[in-house]
Amino acid sequence: MAYEVMNQNGYDVVLLTDDVDLSCSPEARKAILACLERGRDTLVDLTAVTYIDSSGVASLVEGFQTAKKKNLKFGLVGVSEAAMSVLELARLDKVFPIHASVAARVEADG
Amino acid sequence: MNAAAAIEVEGLVTHYGSRLILDGVDFRVAQGEIMVIMGGSGSGKSTLLRHLLGLHAPTSGSIRLLGKDITRASADEMHELRTNMGVSFQGGALLSSMTVAENVMLPLREHTRLDEQTMNIVARMKLEVVNLGGFGDLRPSQLSGGMIKRAALARAIVMDPKLLFFDEPSAGLDPVVAAELDELIIKLRDSMQMTIVVVTHELDSAFKIADRITVLDRGRILLSGTVDEVRRSTNERVQDLLNRRPREEEIDADEYLRRLTGG
Repeated sequence: MAYEVMNQNGYDVVLLTDDVDLSCSPEARKAILACLERGRDTLVDLTAVTYIDSSGVASLVEGFQTAKKKNLKFGLVGVSEAAMSVLELARLDKVFPIHASVAARVEADG
Repeated sequence: MNAAAAIEVEGLVTHYGSRLILDGVDFRVAQGEIMVIMGGSGSGKSTLLRHLLGLHAPTSGSIRLLGKDITRASADEMHELRTNMGVSFQGGALLSSMTVAENVMLPLREHTRLDEQTMNIVARMKLEVVNLGGFGDLRPSQLSGGMIKRAALARAIVMDPKLLFFDEPSAGLDPVVAAELDELIIKLRDSMQMTIVVVTHELDSAFKIADRITVLDRGRILLSGTVDEVRRSTNERVQDLLNRRPREEEIDADEYLRRLTGG
């Protein structure tokens, strides 16, 4: 996995790529929590993620919970089919704000 | 079947003492397939499962899991392989001194260095998957039989294994709970592309979840085929099993007397 953090439309966007699994999900977790620690509204872009395991999803859950505590915006964008089926299994697709792209999220924010 | 094999067993022979238990078993499970192993008591199905888990060394033959022959694997190789294997035992095998969530978390503690909070979330997510959300703080003794089976399943899948082994998922459960577990097994395969091996003697469950069924009898494979192939089989022993007919054994008088007298 590699990741990149970009600033787009007022959000910090954490772009994760390739496989997000046990070996690298701690890195993804740190990147997501670091954005939130800086007080930034944060989106996680999963467009380029080929596989995400439960530890990766747990990092997203922790990010969302942290954002709520800090009253920051949080969400997922570009969720691939494979990632979506993992989220659906634990019914997390009903929990996360999910949009097709950063632009779609910004539009939804109004 | 052209898909790559997740499990390949060739010429598996095993004994308990001098008694032959498995007699030249060949067995193949494709990746993402749900294979049900069926057979009556003493057919060798539980023994086959224990060999697939690497708990027993066979007399001869090979067992390849995810391409690795476990009869020749080193301890390190087996350890690595086990991180890709989940097992749900018939009785649950939960530790009574721990909460349900702690039980589910055990493999993560043993095999990973994830942050405590991440492990907690993963364990609770898995409890949600098996419809035990909110039960994490209970002790196993406070759960019903069906809940214990589901908690054991949550623990079996906590590492997102590629191979999931399930021993008698429906045994002792009421039909509704058993059906829920069957649905869950299918959902796990569909969502996570797991390869799943289920040992059962529950026909309804086998027919519902199986892509293919392997029927074992007296240590030999009678038939490996799709649900329809098994239903249509003209093999008398397969039909005995499907129709719950007691088997009629021919008695070898000499052998019988030897067993009784020990001579």
